[in-house]
Amino acid sequence: MTAKPTIRIQQADFDIAREIAALTNGRTDIGAVVSFSGICRGNENGEDIAALTLEHYPGMAEAEIARHVESAMSRWPLSGVSIIHRVGRLNPGENIVLVLTASQHRQAAFAAAEFLMDYLKANAPFWKREESAAGTAWVDARTHDDAAVARWTKS
Amino acid sequence: MKVKYFAWVRERIGKSEETVEPPANVRTVGDLMTWLARRGETYAHAFEKPRIIRAAIDQAHVKQDAVIAGAREIAFFPPMTGG
Repeated sequence: MTAKPTIRIQQADFDIAREIAALTNGRTDIGAVVSFSGICRGNENGEDIAALTLEHYPGMAEAEIARHVESAMSRWPLSGVSIIHRVGRLNPGENIVLVLTASQHRQAAFAAAEFLMDYLKANAPFWKREESAAGTAWVDARTHDDAAVARWTKS
Repeated sequence: MKVKYFAWVRERIGKSEETVEPPANVRTVGDLMTWLARRGETYAHAFEKPRIIRAAIDQAHVKQDAVIAGAREIAFFPPMTGG
């Protein structure tokens, strides 16, 4: 059985334990839940970061995530998926993103969580702006994020 | 059609969305960027390196040769940095 995926974009923080409980509540067919959290770093390339501000494209961001969740569900036998992405101003140490994948066995849950994060970073319309002593600057996209996506399209 | 801008594209242009009516010879997303870049200095700055700008038509990613006819909403933004 596959539950309807949870996809939320919000300013508020999330509680990982509560989200896992919501995913597994009342289910006895789930044998594995993988949880990935992306957290705001306080230092980037030796420079202290005061805060990150995340902007998104409302509507498209949800649609892109949903599209990749569907794709993950067609590739792996998943029992459920939850993705929460925060927007607005975040301080170092705060949560940015949560990906939960549930399956009967761990392999599918591990692989799907990694697949979803790779696609989310490269394709979901979110943008980070960093605040540091030098001022504010939009974060440059990393080519290795595109490379991370490319490996899922091979064979 | 409605045009939306995000992140530094939005900051450089100084607005997050507007309605534009490009002439018929503006056929593709790439043509639209060239046309928008001529609207003034802020636009020229935003679209100075059009190859790195990403685009979406009606909230789906498209390439620069995508035809814009029939589009309700076209968005321009830098490469994504979420997650």
